[in-house]
Parts: sequence; C-alpha cells; structure tokens
Amino acid sequence: MPSLGADMEAGTLVAWRKRPGERVTRGEIVAELDTDKGVIEVESFHDGVIETLLVAEGERVPVGTPLARIQAPGAPPPPGAPPPPGAAAPSVAGAPSVAGAPSPAAAPSAAAAPSAAAAPRSSPAARRLARELGVDLGAVRGTGPGGVITHDDVAAVRRDGAPGATPPAPARVPPAAPPPGASPTPGERMRRAIAAAMERSSREVPHYHVSLTIDARAATELVARENESRPIERRLVVGALLLRAVAAALRRFPEMNARWEDGRVVPAAEVHLGVAIALRDGGLLVPAIEHADRLGLDATMEALADLTRRARSGELRSGDLSRGTLTVTSLGERGVDAVAGLVYPPQVALVGFGRVAPRPWVDEAGGLCVRPVLTITLAADHRASDGHRGGLFLTEIARGLKQPETIR
Amino acid sequence: MTRLTYREAVRGALRQILASDPRAFLLGEDVGKYGGAYAVSKGLLAELGPAKVRDTPLCESTFVGAGIGAAIGGARPIVEVMTVNFSLLALDQIVNNAATLRHMSGGQVAVPLVVRMATGAGRQLAAQHSHSLENWYAHVPGVKVVAPATPQDARDLLLAAYADPNPVFVFEHVLSYPLEGEVDETSGAAPLGRAIVRRAGTQLTIVAWGGSLPKALAAAEALAAEGVDAAVIDLRTLRPLDLEAIGASVRATRRLLVVDEGWKTGSLAGEIVAQVVETVFFDLDAPPARVCSREVPIPYAAHLEAAALPSVERIVAAGRGVVRG
Repeated sequence: MPSLGADMEAGTLVAWRKRPGERVTRGEIVAELDTDKGVIEVESFHDGVIETLLVAEGERVPVGTPLARIQAPGAPPPPGAPPPPGAAAPSVAGAPSVAGAPSPAAAPSAAAAPSAAAAPRSSPAARRLARELGVDLGAVRGTGPGGVITHDDVAAVRRDGAPGATPPAPARVPPAAPPPGASPTPGERMRRAIAAAMERSSREVPHYHVSLTIDARAATELVARENESRPIERRLVVGALLLRAVAAALRRFPEMNARWEDGRVVPAAEVHLGVAIALRDGGLLVPAIEHADRLGLDATMEALADLTRRARSGELRSGDLSRGTLTVTSLGERGVDAVAGLVYPPQVALVGFGRVAPRPWVDEAGGLCVRPVLTITLAADHRASDGHRGGLFLTEIARGLKQPETIR
Repeated sequence: MTRLTYREAVRGALRQILASDPRAFLLGEDVGKYGGAYAVSKGLLAELGPAKVRDTPLCESTFVGAGIGAAIGGARPIVEVMTVNFSLLALDQIVNNAATLRHMSGGQVAVPLVVRMATGAGRQLAAQHSHSLENWYAHVPGVKVVAPATPQDARDLLLAAYADPNPVFVFEHVLSYPLEGEVDETSGAAPLGRAIVRRAGTQLTIVAWGGSLPKALAAAEALAAEGVDAAVIDLRTLRPLDLEAIGASVRATRRLLVVDEGWKTGSLAGEIVAQVVETVFFDLDAPPARVCSREVPIPYAAHLEAAALPSVERIVAAGRGVVRG
C-alpha cells in the first residue's frame, strides 16, 4: 500500500486490474485504491508476472502492507513463498511434536508478510493447561496474536479430541479501527487528510513568508501573442508560465526543492512540481508534474491540463500524489491578491500566486502607468532555508517571468 | 436514592461528618468564603460556622502540618489541598510525619487525618494543575489512598477515610465533580481496600480508577461492538491494592489492561501489572498492557492535552491488541 502523502495511514483496495499469472510492466496500472484523497490508480514498480494477490478487493490495509507478489521475469517461485490464498493449509497432524511448527500460512493473519517460521509460541495459561491435560503443544494450532497458542486452543484440542479439528477462531476480522460514529464520507475523509497535513505543517514547520510584486506584462503578452495563432485546444494559460518560472528557478535553489528529514535538508534529485487543484465539490488535491524542470512551456501546459482533468475525474495515479517536491498554488482565478500558504510536509516550500490585475505602476523612467501586476509569495520552512535565500528565489522566479522567452 | 453530582455527594458526606462529630473540621485554601476551588464546600461555612470550616493561608506545608498536629491532639481534621500538584509542598509533613508517627512512637501516637485533593487533567489547566500523582502517595507505607470514581463512592469512601484511624488520602478527579448518579444518602462507609467489578466480561480485564473509569467503561462498550467481551474493575482503593479482585478477574479472562492517567514510568499501572505477573503468571494468555498518559508535562492546548491523556480510542486499541494482537 503506497503512501500518497505524509499523513496517509491506510487505504482500501477497490479493484484489481491484474490477476495472478498476468504479465505486468513497470508503470502499468495494477489496481485501484480508495484513499483519503479519493480513488487513485496504482502502478507497478517492477516488470514480471503477478504471482499472488495478497490483499482482497474491499480490504483496507495500513500503508506499507504488501499488496501483491510479482515474480521477476524468468525466476522460479521462491522456495519459501507461501501458497496462494485458498490453498489448503498444510496439515499439522503428522508433524513431529516439538519441531512441528505450524506453517505460517496456517496463522489466520490476512496480511501475512513473508517471514521465517518461528517455533510455536504458547501463552503461560496454555502451557499450564497443556501440562495438566497431557496435551502436546506441538500438535495445537494457535489462534492468538501472531499464532500464539492460547488457553482456549489447548482446551479445544482436548474437547474435540484431535488436533487439526480446531474450529477457526471467530471474529478474526482485521481491526479496521473505525472512528466512533458513522463511517466518514469520502469528502469528510479528504477533509481529515487535509486537516492532518495542515495541522502537522502548522505544528511542526516554523514558516516564514516573503512576497514580491512584479510587472507581469511580458508574461501576459507572451501568452496572448502565442494564443492568437493557436487553436483553442492548444491555447496557453498564464498558470503554465508561472509553473515554468518556478521550475526553472528551482534548479538554482536546491534547498527549496527538498525535504526536511532527521534534522537536515535533503534536496530532491528531481523537480516534481506539486500543483494544488481545488475540486468542484470541495477539497483539494496536490498531484505533481513530473520532471517539471525539463518540460518546455507547451509540455508544461499539457501536463497541467492532464493533471487537472484527471484530478477532477478521479483518475489520478499513486505516483501523481506522492512525488511532489515543491508545491505551487495559484488563487488568482479566485480573485485574491496574494497567497501566503502553509508548506506541505515533508516539502519545505510552497509558492503562492495571486491574480494578475491591472494596477498603477511606476515604470523604469519613474513615470506612472498601468500594468498587469502579480504578487508572488513564498512560504518556506525556516529550518531548511532563510529569508535571504527565499528572497533570491523569488527574484529568480520574477526574472523568468520578466524575460519569459528565457524559460519557455 | 437521590440524584446527585459527585461534587454534591462529597459535600453531603462532609456536612454529615462535620455536623455529627464535634472533633471534626475542614481546613484548606479557599474552602470557606470561596466555597472550595472546585466548589465542593460551597455553603458549608455559612451553614456550619467558622470553627468547622477554616480558610488557611496559601501554604500547603503549614496547613497539612496543622492538620497532622490537630489529629495527633485528638481532633479529626479533613484537609483539602487544591490539587495534587500543590500537595508536593506538603510531602515532608505527609511522608515524614503523617505516615511515620505511629511507627516512630511505637504505637503511642495516631494520626487520624483525611486529606482530600483534586487530581487529573482534562480541563485545560496546564501542567502545574493537571498531573496525576496518586502513585506518589500509594508508594508510602503508613497511609491509605482512595480514588472514588462515582458519586456514591465519593460519599462512601470519604466516610470510610474519615472512620479510619490512620492517614487516608482521597483523590477526586477534576472531571468527576459534575458526574451525576443515584446516591443513597443513608449509606455508611464503603470498605477500604476493595475493588469492585463495574462490568462483567470474559475475554479481558480492564483495571481503572477515578477519572479513567468512565473512559474504561466506554471503551468496553466499543470493544463489545467488535466482539471483545471486556470486564472493567474499578480499583477504588489504590493503597492497599485489591490484588485478590484483580487476580480473580484475570484468572477468568487471562488478559489484563490497566488504564492509568499517571505517566507510565514508575506508575501504579506498572505495579499492578507486576503484581499480576508475580501471582497469576500461569493464567495469562497475553502480555499485560497499559494505557497511561504520554510522558510529557500535561499540555495546555486542548488538542495536545487530549493527545497526552488516555482516551477511549487508545483504550479500545490497546484492548484489541491484547486480545487479538
């Protein structure tokens, strides 16, 4: 179960797109997950053949739980691999009394991670009862936590006369730990996920904010000039140019394109720009444009349009939501002048754009004129960078927007 | 039976004692004109007069010491300390005098003293008013410690504390005062040193006391909805521990979970677990578990305070863990 955000704890497997025996290639969609941020698709990180599905459709499991086992091309099944679900558990009736460890497959653990079979453990109460009744613990199947043999397991063997006839333990449903009250709606779950991330940000991240207001005429003129000759479906929005400016500037400010981890700044190897996208029925998703520093203006526009469409239609993939290295948010369309946001941990910076609006402006010659004006605000983690660098970063973004031909 | 709050039940017991015993008087900070920091003694000054209800200076060491002296001299003082945090100023009087004088005098001097104090968190009173230090007192031989959880027990255990010829410390959780319940106002003293089963169950024994009891009962209900049948034992007396009652329940359920609003390290919960393991180890089906406060000064901010304290959710999760792993 991939983590699709620092605060994701669990997800529900909605549907498998692949079945055991089917071939998958790296990047191919294998499953759909329902997370606190909506339904997303999961890609395979490996080439191979699906060997076993470890999580059933409809099951909710914690982050980090293996979902399926993929066999590398040409490799024989590993010797220790457990049989697929549904296969009969190995009988333990004829096993030697001491070393006859019940196979881990017999332990009724739904998400049994592959692990070496340990000796059967038994509780003190089970041991005393076994001694009193003359029951051989090696022939008892444990139903306690982790397969521990409990008092009742021994009692059941005695009652039923034979090991192996132990009825399955009742009510061993995976504890989903639902919050008290009715189960939350998807909207509520997204709200909670946002709340958790923003609480963490506000609690843990010492923010500083710096702003810069620029004459955005060169940027708006470039977009307008391009759009004059383009068909509607290929037209640009200013937002794509803003993303370009941030991505280009980030190359020179690795401490902004980073995580704060274990008391130090860990710069990300790639530039994946998270884009805050408001959903029509409320809530917010932050999918990322991959390798945004390597995309030209047209490719950035395509990526932005694709992410927006897929975010709003619920077709985002796991990687989209987890790989952002810096977030850009733009509320210009909502009419706001500036956005002083909160960073999205473990990221260390967020760039907010207000609207581009005509305003009085003093030009280079000291004359008063009217220009399209834009305020750029950096919210940054003061542990990872200082206002001095933050200011230079903003200036670099502004430089790109003033000379848009250099970043397109 | 009368429907009373915990606060009213304590006040009723106080009134009964003060009015019926000429040796009895109440003393402490703000117990008179102000009516008590938690309004427990409200009205008693006007009703019973200044000889029975005595305001003291803000000096715990002095007024607890005065109570000890009065008890030695033949009076039956009931001392109210505003919170257990402040009682630390009186630890010397309590540990070196109240708890030891009978021993040091070869039985010639008794200290029939009752000390009531508020304990616990949940009202955003911050670290210096919110700690649960009952275990500090339960550590000391020579005293008894009770922690009533219900209005009836608030009355009956105070009467029991008063009837006892030795120092008894009564811990009243700050969240318990507004609790309502049916109270028999003609009841006598409850036995000291006896726990009570508040909820029967077969798969897990949850031990709690004072302000944690309502959380433990709510958690048991939630666990029942998941198919886990938990018993809840209200300890009532923290010294001496009723190991017999705990052991009997654990022998039946084979699993133990202790809820303690104190910090885990050096906690009463640790003592209970240790005594259970010492005495009924071979009846256990799972390692005992504890839900305690996080090891931090109790925070002021509401969400941090809630995160620091044992919650119903944490108790449910721990209970599930003991039973199902």
